[in-house]
Amino acid sequence: MTFEPKIVGILCNWCSYTGADLAGTARITYAPNVRIVRVMCSGRVDPTFVLHALRGGADGVLIAGCHPGDCHYQAGNYKAMRRYELLKRVLDQFGVEPARVRLEWVSASEGERFASIVNDMTDKIRALGPFKEAQG
Amino acid sequence: MQEETKQPGTVTLNVDGISTTADRGTPLLEVIRGLGINVPTLCHHPLVEPYGVCRLCTVEVVRGRRRRLVTSCNYPAQDGISVLTGSDRVLKGRRMIAELLLARCPDVKEVSEIARSLGVEKSRFPAADEKCVLCGLCVKVCRDVVGAGVLTFESRGPGRVVTTAYGGSSDRCIDCGACAQVCPTGHIRMVDESGLAVHHEELLLGPNKAIGIPFMQAVPAVPVIDRETCIHFKTGGCGVCSEACEKQAIDHKAQDTFVEIEVGSIVAATGFKPFDPAAMAQYGYGRLGNVMTALEFEQLNNASGPTGGKILMTDGQQPESVALIHCVGSRDKNHHEYCSRVCSMMALKYAHLIHEKTGASVYDFFIDLRCFGKGYEEFYNRLLEEGVFFIRGRAAEVSDFAIYEAERGKLVVRCEDTMIGILRRIPVDMVVLMTALTPAAGVESVARRLNLSRSKDGFFLEQHPKLAPVATPTDGVFIAGACQGPKDIPDSVAQASAAAAAAISLSVRGQVQIEPVTCKVDPERCAGCRLCNTLCPFTAITFDAGERVSSINDATCKGCGTCAAACPSSAIEARHFNDRQVLAEIEGVCA
Amino acid sequence: MAKLKLALYWAAACGGCDVAVLDINERILKVAELADLLLWPVALDFKYRHVEAMPDGHIDVCLFNGAVRNSENEHVARLLRKKSKVLVAFGSCAYMGGIPGLANFFSRREVLQHVYSDTASTVNPGGTVPLEKVRIPAGELELPTFFQRVRTLDQVVLVDYYLPGCPPVVDQVWAVIEAIAAGNLPPPGSVVGASDSALCDECERKKDEKKIKQFRSVATYRPDPETCLLEQGVICCGPATRAGCGAKCVKANMPCRGCYGPPPGVTDQGAKMLSAVASVVDSDDPAEVERIISQIQDPAGTFYRFSLPSSLLNGAHRKEIA
Repeated sequence: MTFEPKIVGILCNWCSYTGADLAGTARITYAPNVRIVRVMCSGRVDPTFVLHALRGGADGVLIAGCHPGDCHYQAGNYKAMRRYELLKRVLDQFGVEPARVRLEWVSASEGERFASIVNDMTDKIRALGPFKEAQG
Repeated sequence: MQEETKQPGTVTLNVDGISTTADRGTPLLEVIRGLGINVPTLCHHPLVEPYGVCRLCTVEVVRGRRRRLVTSCNYPAQDGISVLTGSDRVLKGRRMIAELLLARCPDVKEVSEIARSLGVEKSRFPAADEKCVLCGLCVKVCRDVVGAGVLTFESRGPGRVVTTAYGGSSDRCIDCGACAQVCPTGHIRMVDESGLAVHHEELLLGPNKAIGIPFMQAVPAVPVIDRETCIHFKTGGCGVCSEACEKQAIDHKAQDTFVEIEVGSIVAATGFKPFDPAAMAQYGYGRLGNVMTALEFEQLNNASGPTGGKILMTDGQQPESVALIHCVGSRDKNHHEYCSRVCSMMALKYAHLIHEKTGASVYDFFIDLRCFGKGYEEFYNRLLEEGVFFIRGRAAEVSDFAIYEAERGKLVVRCEDTMIGILRRIPVDMVVLMTALTPAAGVESVARRLNLSRSKDGFFLEQHPKLAPVATPTDGVFIAGACQGPKDIPDSVAQASAAAAAAISLSVRGQVQIEPVTCKVDPERCAGCRLCNTLCPFTAITFDAGERVSSINDATCKGCGTCAAACPSSAIEARHFNDRQVLAEIEGVCA
Repeated sequence: MAKLKLALYWAAACGGCDVAVLDINERILKVAELADLLLWPVALDFKYRHVEAMPDGHIDVCLFNGAVRNSENEHVARLLRKKSKVLVAFGSCAYMGGIPGLANFFSRREVLQHVYSDTASTVNPGGTVPLEKVRIPAGELELPTFFQRVRTLDQVVLVDYYLPGCPPVVDQVWAVIEAIAAGNLPPPGSVVGASDSALCDECERKKDEKKIKQFRSVATYRPDPETCLLEQGVICCGPATRAGCGAKCVKANMPCRGCYGPPPGVTDQGAKMLSAVASVVDSDDPAEVERIISQIQDPAGTFYRFSLPSSLLNGAHRKEIA
C-alpha cells in the first residue's frame, strides 16, 4: 500500500478557511490528505500546535492565513510569519524537512490556490515518507 | 483715464436730451446703454478695461461751447456735460470708421453687419483680406484676465498683427480658449489637433467649462470648479466667475477639508469603473473616430448632454448604421473572465433607442444574450420585431480599411457569424463598445480601510453568498451595488435597501452584540513580562503597573488570539478556540 | 516519630545537584537528625545490592537527579522506584532531561564519534571506542548500554514530585526536605520547590513594551542591568520559565536559560519561548524578519536548553536516529 501523508491544515477563519470552503463549493478536486482545523486567525497559531500535530502522528502541517495586509485582525498574519521564520530554523535543527511544515497565504477567493498547495504538499510529503518512522 | 474719475459722488448729465445721473467716472457707454440707446462696439468687453480702439462707440460731448468727439467706452461721466449719440457729426465719424473697417475686413460678417446698420454697404478704400480688426481684446484678456500673456501685438502701422512671441506655439498657452471666446470677429478659433473630439458646429460645442454642475443628478446640485481646467488654478489670473457671482459664493482659496464623522455602521457602495477599451487595440478605440464606449454613448444620447440627445457622429451627421459590440473586456480570459451582467440589456436598450431616434440599421454582435430579468426576454422579442440585426459572434476587429466600395469611409466590423458559419465584414458608421464593469478605482485601499475581503474578480466579497449577501466579515460594514459585483439598477436598489435596513437595524437596537470570542488574562499566572502588550492590533491589552499584570478589555478584544499564541506563560486564554480545544482537535484529526 | 529513610541518586548529570544538597551547609547535620541516609553514592559507600536487598517501599523518599542516558541509569531508576514510597525527580536533568538531553539533537553514533574522535582535545590514534562487552583473561567485562536517546526520569518510571533547577536552589531543597519530613506534601505529580508563575514575577528589572530589532549575545554585549533583557535583544527565557530560583542569573546580569522548566499550563517550553520571542520581532517585511531572526544563534538549543527530552518532539528526527 502506498503511503498517504496525513496533513493537518490550520486555517484562519476569514481567508484560508473560506478559501478552502470555496475549493469545495467550486467542486475542485484535490488531495484528501489535509485535515482542517479552524482558528480565528493565523496569528492564533502557537508553534506548540504544529509540534503537537507532528507528535500526534501528522506527516505535515499547513498553516494558512490571509495575504499580508489583508488580515481581518490587521496584523495577525505578520505574527504568524515571524513565528514561522523562527520555527523553520528550530525545525531544521530538529531534522524536520522544510516541506513538512509550510506557511501559505490563501485568500477567501483562492480556492484553486488552496487546492494546488494541498496537492503540492501532499506530493512532496509522500516522497519524503512518514514522519513517525523518523521518530525515536 | 483721468484722475477725477476716481473721486466718489454723483454727477448729472444729459444724453440726447434726457437728463440722467450716474456715479462720477462711470464710462459714458454704460450710461448711454443704460438708457436703452444703442451704440455699436467691437472692442468692448466687460472683462477688459475699455481701450477705445475700434472707435465705433464714438459720441459727441458738449461742455459749454466746447464740442468734441470721444470714444464713449472710456470717457468718464462728468457733471454738466451733454452727450449726443446720433448727431450728424457722430454718424459721419462712425460711418468713416465702419468704412475703414470694412476695407480691412470685407469678409467678416460682424463688421459688415455693423457697417450696414450704419448705412455703409461698400467701402471706398482698397479692400484688404483681413479677419482681425486689431481690437486687442484677445491680447488684453490673455494678459490681464488669464494671466498667461501669450498674445501680443507685433509691428506698428499697416504691418500690425496679433501674434505670439516669435509667431510659434507657446508653452505658456494653457489652451483656455479665452481669446477665442472674446474675439468679436471669430478670427481666433480653437483647433483640436487630435481630430478625435466630437465637435458639432451647429451646436457650438466648446470645451467643457471649468466650472459647472458635474453631472445632471449630482448631489448636492451645486457647481464645482475643475482645478485641472480652471484658468485661475493655472495662472493665478481670471477669477471672472467670482466677479460674476452675485452671492459671492465662489472662493478659489477653498481647500479640501477632512471631516471625521463617527458612525455606527458603514455601507460601502463604491460602484464600478468601466473597462478602458483602449487595452483592446483591435476595436480601435481612441484611434478611430465614432468608436465609443457605452458610457460615452449614454452621454451622447442624454437629452441634457452635449448634442441635446441627438445621436450624431463626429461630423455632425446622423449615423445610418451602428454596431453594438458586447462583452468588451468581460468574458475574456485576457481581461476579465466574469460576465458583466448588464451589458446585454444595455445593448438592447441602445439598439432600441438608435432605431427609434435615427432609424439606423443596428447590428448587435453578441456571444449570447443574457436577458435574465423581469420583462427582459419580452424586450428582446420586441427588438427582434423592430428589425435589429443580431449576429452571434464576438467581433474580431473594427477598422477603417475598406476593401469594397460600400466600405469606403466607414468603419468595418469583422466577425464570424456563428449562426450561419461564415466570416463577415459589416460596414457601419458608428461603433458602441459595451465595456465591462470592473472594480472601482481605489477599491484596494477601501478594502484595506474597511477590512473587507475581495473576491477573485476584485469586487468586495460578501460574508455569505446566500445567507449574508450584504454583510461583510467586518461587523457594521455592509456592501451594496456594483462594488460587490456587476449588477443592474434593480438589483443595486434591492441590495442597497437591504444594506440600509441592516445598518438601521443596528442603530434601532441601540446596542450591538459582540462575539464571545475574546481572550482573557489569568492574573494569577501573568508574570507581567509585557510581551503581549505590543501585539494587540486593537490595543485591548493594558498593563497594570501596580499589580504588575496585563489585562484585556473585553469590549475591544476581537478574539484573534495572537496574544494567547504568544503568551510564554500560558496566562492568556482564548475563550473559544482555546489551547485545549485546538490541541484536542489536532489530536482528533491526527488519529 | 521514626526517622525518615532517605536515598539520593545521581544518574546522567553533572553532579551539581548533589553539591546543591551539600550546599545546605550546617543544616546537613539536621538532615542527619531527621533522616537515615540509605543511599547516597557521592557521599557514602553503599552498593546496589544493599538496595536490592531492601523490601519494596522501604525508602520513604528518594531524590533522584540526572537523566536516563544508559542502561545503568534505567536499571537503578526502576530499582529505586520499587524500593521508594516517594520518588522525586531532583533537578532539571531528572525533570526534563537537562543539559545531557541536548544530545538528543544527535544520534548515538554522532555522540560517540564526537567524544572519542572529533573533539580538539581527543588523542585516540587507535580509534578505541567503549564496547558493551569485553573479554579479558579474568572473564567478561560489561559496560552499560549507551541509549540512542536521553530520557527524563518520568519517561522511565512513575515520578511523584518534580524539583526543578540546575541545580535546585538550596533554600528550596531545604524547604522540600522539611515539608517531606512534616508529611506536608502537595498532590502527587506536582512541581515542588518552585512557584506557580513565570520568572518575570521575581525579576526586578524595569519592563516595558517589547519590540526587537536586533538580537544580541551576552558574549559580546553587556546589558543594562536595570532594563528587561529581552527589550535589549538578549534572549532571556524568563517569561517561559517557572519562577522559584529568585532570578539569580538575571540579577547577575545574565539571561535566564530556563532551567526551572515551563510555568504551569505550558506543555512545550521551547515552543512557547519561540512564539513569544518571534512575535515581538519588530518588522513586517519577510526579508527583514529573516535577517533579524538569523541573529539568534542555535535557536533550538537556546529555547530547549534544559527541556529537549521532555519536549513534544524530544529530539532530532532523522532516519539515522530512528
